[in-house]
Amino acid sequence: MIAFLIKRLMHAILVMFVISVLAFAIQDNLGDPVQQMVGQSVPESEREAIRERLGLNDSFLVQYARFAKNAVQGDFGYSYFYREPALEVIARHLPATLELVFAATLIIVVFSVPIGVYSAIKPRSPISRFFMGVSIIGISIPVFLTAILLIQIFAIGITITLFPQGTGWGAWLNGLLSTEGNMPSFGRGYDLVHVVGHWDTNLATWDGVKHLVLPAVSLASIMLPLFIRLIRAEMMEVLQSDYVKYARAKGISMRRVYFVHALKNTMLPVITVGGVQIGTMVAYTILTETVFQWPGMGLMFLDAINHADIPLIVTYLMIVGLIFVVTNTIVDLIYGFVNPTVKLTGKPA
Amino acid sequence: MTLKKTLLASVIGAVVAGTTMLPMTASAETLRIGYSADPETLDIHEQLSGGMLRFSHLAFDPLVRWTKDFQFEPRLASEWEQIDDTHMRMTLREGVTFHSGNEFTAEDVVWTIERLKESPDYRAIFEPIASAEAVDDYTVEITTTAPYPLLLNLATYIFPMDSKFYTGETDSGNDKAEIIKSGNSFASRNVSGTGPFIVTDRRQGVRVDFERFEDYWDTETKGNVSRIVLTPIAENASRVAALLSGGVDFIDAVPPNDLDRVRDASNANLFEIAGTRIIGFQLNEERVEAFQDPRVRQAVDLAINQEAIADRLMRGFATPAGQFSPEGYSGHNPDLVPRYDIERAQELMAEAGYEDGFSVDMIAPNNRYVNDAQIAQAVANMLARINIDVSLRTMPLAQYWPEYDTRQSDIAMIGWHSDTEDSANFFQYLSFCIDDETGAGQYNYGSYCNEEIDALVTQADSETDLEKRNEMLREAEAMLYEDVGYIMLHWQNLAYAAADGVDIEPVVNAIDFPYLGDLVIDR
Repeated sequence: MIAFLIKRLMHAILVMFVISVLAFAIQDNLGDPVQQMVGQSVPESEREAIRERLGLNDSFLVQYARFAKNAVQGDFGYSYFYREPALEVIARHLPATLELVFAATLIIVVFSVPIGVYSAIKPRSPISRFFMGVSIIGISIPVFLTAILLIQIFAIGITITLFPQGTGWGAWLNGLLSTEGNMPSFGRGYDLVHVVGHWDTNLATWDGVKHLVLPAVSLASIMLPLFIRLIRAEMMEVLQSDYVKYARAKGISMRRVYFVHALKNTMLPVITVGGVQIGTMVAYTILTETVFQWPGMGLMFLDAINHADIPLIVTYLMIVGLIFVVTNTIVDLIYGFVNPTVKLTGKPA
Repeated sequence: MTLKKTLLASVIGAVVAGTTMLPMTASAETLRIGYSADPETLDIHEQLSGGMLRFSHLAFDPLVRWTKDFQFEPRLASEWEQIDDTHMRMTLREGVTFHSGNEFTAEDVVWTIERLKESPDYRAIFEPIASAEAVDDYTVEITTTAPYPLLLNLATYIFPMDSKFYTGETDSGNDKAEIIKSGNSFASRNVSGTGPFIVTDRRQGVRVDFERFEDYWDTETKGNVSRIVLTPIAENASRVAALLSGGVDFIDAVPPNDLDRVRDASNANLFEIAGTRIIGFQLNEERVEAFQDPRVRQAVDLAINQEAIADRLMRGFATPAGQFSPEGYSGHNPDLVPRYDIERAQELMAEAGYEDGFSVDMIAPNNRYVNDAQIAQAVANMLARINIDVSLRTMPLAQYWPEYDTRQSDIAMIGWHSDTEDSANFFQYLSFCIDDETGAGQYNYGSYCNEEIDALVTQADSETDLEKRNEMLREAEAMLYEDVGYIMLHWQNLAYAAADGVDIEPVVNAIDFPYLGDLVIDR
């Protein structure tokens, strides 16, 4: 176990090193940060002085060596745009993103497991077909569009006048299809509860939760169909296996067969994929956060790109690399617990 | 059924949240703003940008400010008098206090002008001012190096800072007055101005909170906004949605595609204003010999249908231009209008010997001006009709300017807003013969050079008789029109939108700095 973790730590360091080199290598293509810091009419000589002060005129190797030397000591440089240490900026934005990913994950788990299991047990029922159809649509619609649609329906509200308003049934149908709006469409709201350090939570107040709903649903909309289909496919396969047939023959209640014996084995590959996907989701929040002006890492990263904020971009990419390594490690550990026959590398057989 | 329940619950939730957020008295109002960007810093001299100047008008007051029709309105300076060609005396308002409680005096103005002359962004603009001196507590005398007609224009940029507050050393031994670009200076984190609003909280990129300054000097204003929450919402669609859903009360930069939607909305109003930023193209004479021929430049100008671009592509969200100066500017010449004429353009190309045309490349940004990439594409298509074959490359802003600075393409797009709200500025940056020593023609991509125009504008800039000066600038515009030193397209409009009852019409202006201290909300 310890050897396994040490090995993974080495992986993480290697990944972060490679990312930092790559990020530094492309920094010239990210644009000129000084251009963003000065007014348009500022003369070139002033710009040159700023470039000199920021050390942007040094060669790639000199700049990288300086960065690496400080980074080893935990100093990842100073964000040009936020005017704070890059690590500090990320620490401040991380909780918002983690809460968003947590809420989306919750939605995915709550919906994908029952729907997936149901449509595996009753593949021909109309409800299963309906869910499969919807999930195809869900996979195909880009998250940006889903978000805009959600905002239009639940934040701005829509008024349907499709049916004759004069008749009782028409007005009733119109009213049924129209929405009031009123859900918050942007930001985290003003009702946050401070937890610890940089962490203010949305989850402690009703207003905070309301702000979280639309972004979380949009983010979940990409992964949810994927998981429904994955669980369904795995479950169907497991239901064909000999031990399930044997359990049924033995007369164990169907409920127990489905939810204890079959589901457990179904979840193994789901956990693997899920772990990786949660890592991906942290990166995917960029689009969702932009649409909902959710002040997390994704929005921060986009700001950093727009301002050619090189120290922040490099640090962000390294942290995301670290997050991937960490989630993969956790997945491997969980895998070990769920299925004891799996051996972690480095663990004596 | 569940959907209905959720909706009902959210309605109740909103009502509850709404009541707790409403301020205590009836006349006090909270204004929730969704701007496309938040102020970059709190140090108003660190960066010269639209966002910073908007912020300056909230937390500070200028000596004088622009009215809607480009006149000067007294603010902290109540009177001014030109004593001789190079000296101006300004009388300051008495009884004004800073947020810190310090009293505002002439010393603060002198201190602020000296600090402006240290700022990398403002230094060049304040070059004409030689010195400022406090004659007594409420009189300041400004000396210019030469006769300078635009001193009052500069005074709109002088937002007196609290000199006592910004003098001294911080705990870590740094000078409180220092200006550090993108650094952690005292002034970038602490504010004391005379303005209508005090900054109470700020998280970069997330939100800024303001509260009304109780001892604000302007007691005559009817403005009743007691609290401002400014959230930057960069994404156009989200900003509009935030307004329409009632999440914010006031937004800027409504995108052209959403104009109708906002106009038709039952709970919001749209305000469009003709802007002052000229959008156009520069032809690189260094790289393309044909562009050195005035007939070819004219042909390019004639081939472009400015009206069509403003009408269709911009959906009326632009004013077609035939000159740099928008209406209201000193050098605006009403005779100079767009002159689309494709047949004449083809003739001119033939006369110049380019009947068969030539191939050029063009660069344009894709996230700087309204519809920039689409405009560039339209212009490229229009030039094809006079057989100029354009290959277009568009790129995001962060990459565009470095590319622009290399001057390695044949045609480039640029928009320009005059920092002094005066016509001469356009010429000095966009069409003056390039001179690296003086910095003239810094954004003259095409290396266009017409010494006659330059001489006329330079002469105008030391002419203190404003009537004569305006006449000279109008003449310069006409000469540039004839010689086609810049391909004019349009002035980009500004569009604001506000919720019902938020009366922004009187406080917004073409300069794009809403005077929110005077905003009246009557829901």
